[in-house]
Amino acid sequence: MSNSQQAISPEQAAYLRKLRRHKREIFLSQVLLLVALLGIWELAASAGWINPFITSQPSGIIKTIVNLYNSGDLFRHIGVTVWETVVGFTLGTILGTIIAIILWWSEPLAKVLEPYLVVLNSLPKVALGPIIIVWMGSGVSAIIVMALLVSVVVTILGVYAGFSQVDPDRIKLLKTFGASKGQILQKAVLPGSVPTIISALKINVGLSWVGVIVGEFLVSKAGLGYLAVYGGQVFRLNLVMTSVIILGAAAAIMYLAVVLLEKLFIRWQQ
Amino acid sequence: MEQPLVQVKDIVVKYHSPEGETTALENISLDVYQGQFISIVGPSGCGKSTLLNVIAGLLKPTQGEVVINGRPVEGVSTSVGYMPQTDQLFEWRSIWRNVILGLEVQNKLTAETRRSVRQLLERYGLWEFRNAFPSQLSGGMRQRAALIRTLAIDPEILLLDEAFSALDYQTRLVVSDEVKKIICREGKTAILVTHDISEAISMADDVVVLTKRPGTIKSIHKIVLTCQERTPIKCREAPEFRDYFNLIWKELDIHVQ
Repeated sequence: MSNSQQAISPEQAAYLRKLRRHKREIFLSQVLLLVALLGIWELAASAGWINPFITSQPSGIIKTIVNLYNSGDLFRHIGVTVWETVVGFTLGTILGTIIAIILWWSEPLAKVLEPYLVVLNSLPKVALGPIIIVWMGSGVSAIIVMALLVSVVVTILGVYAGFSQVDPDRIKLLKTFGASKGQILQKAVLPGSVPTIISALKINVGLSWVGVIVGEFLVSKAGLGYLAVYGGQVFRLNLVMTSVIILGAAAAIMYLAVVLLEKLFIRWQQ
Repeated sequence: MEQPLVQVKDIVVKYHSPEGETTALENISLDVYQGQFISIVGPSGCGKSTLLNVIAGLLKPTQGEVVINGRPVEGVSTSVGYMPQTDQLFEWRSIWRNVILGLEVQNKLTAETRRSVRQLLERYGLWEFRNAFPSQLSGGMRQRAALIRTLAIDPEILLLDEAFSALDYQTRLVVSDEVKKIICREGKTAILVTHDISEAISMADDVVVLTKRPGTIKSIHKIVLTCQERTPIKCREAPEFRDYFNLIWKELDIHVQ
């Protein structure tokens, strides 16, 4: 369809140049904005306009990161939190998809469970924290269950809705070939729902971070959420800010990983 | 007189809903012979597609039975190939994996069936696109691939359920021409359900007109056209074409409120 193999006309070249320049400008502005924000923050704190004891400051955050790195704690905390999140959201997605398959398989069951799912979906799962701690004990497993709970209901509803959107004509076609219910699931419904499952994954990454951090607030002895809470309790705002910033970076990287996964899986969409 | 390939015997179909009972089809009887191409036209909601579902064995009629090749239809019959409204190619499968879908489902993928699918693809110009994804093909090619997918399971009778209605007008003319040629060349029997009177006349040997709900057979027209080539596009130029069109149009008795 495109003329990429042919010689590019001067107008097209000019257009492409303009497009590239525009992209560069946007990126530059984004970097500048970050630098400016950090600069003003640092300046305000060192000039005494704001109290760094309450607001922390970039140089303090960098010092904290270096200290954490030297003591070997930095990657331990990151590792604990990332591990809990990955396990939580992988389990949440797998379990949610399995339950969605069961609901698709048995329409009566789906109808019976509908009001329960609606209630579970509206319930703030964080409120279940104390119950989970009592049942699971205060450890990593409680945090993972928390992350799982936060994402699983959304996954069930999202993936089930995706299953129900498969074109009835497509199912009819398979039926005329004599396909069994299992074959319909395997040939049409599941592969057709890969985009839905991946968009559920995208939402789950964010939700699982929420679950993990809340879990860490409640019970943990390590992790970024633990660092933030501990820093708050002992009034070391540098520590709080550090954990929040690392958390932001880690969450963004994980989201990008899911986007990469999406590109890998749905090549046929292009 | 030879035995009809498909015998529809006194079919009655009733639908049930909380609002009440609807009779979709009433006393439909129809014989289709080997190699025949039948079009069914009728006002919307007259139960055309319901009739196809019954013949395909997807829907059990309230009364009556369908006999294909002397055997009553009970459940889905593999001697029936179904073509839905849109091509329904699976986007994530290559053309090759799409056309062997039916064989795959029926566990009939053998060296022999693969060879015959390959022949179909070669004969109808899709072999070089076997590794392409459906999104890389034109509407006409996609429809051809969908037809080959249906032919791959070697059905005795093809059911086309408004099979071209999703295509734009030009593509639709070309595709119906192609599909008709392929069906004739493969010696298949076909039943086409459509709301397009021109399409029905141009493609079929017989046009069956259904009445409004509850659908009954109003009339059956044997289409005899004087044109050199009996292809759907050429047929439209035949002098009798317009007469058939007017006749069927009047019989359909469509009032636009």
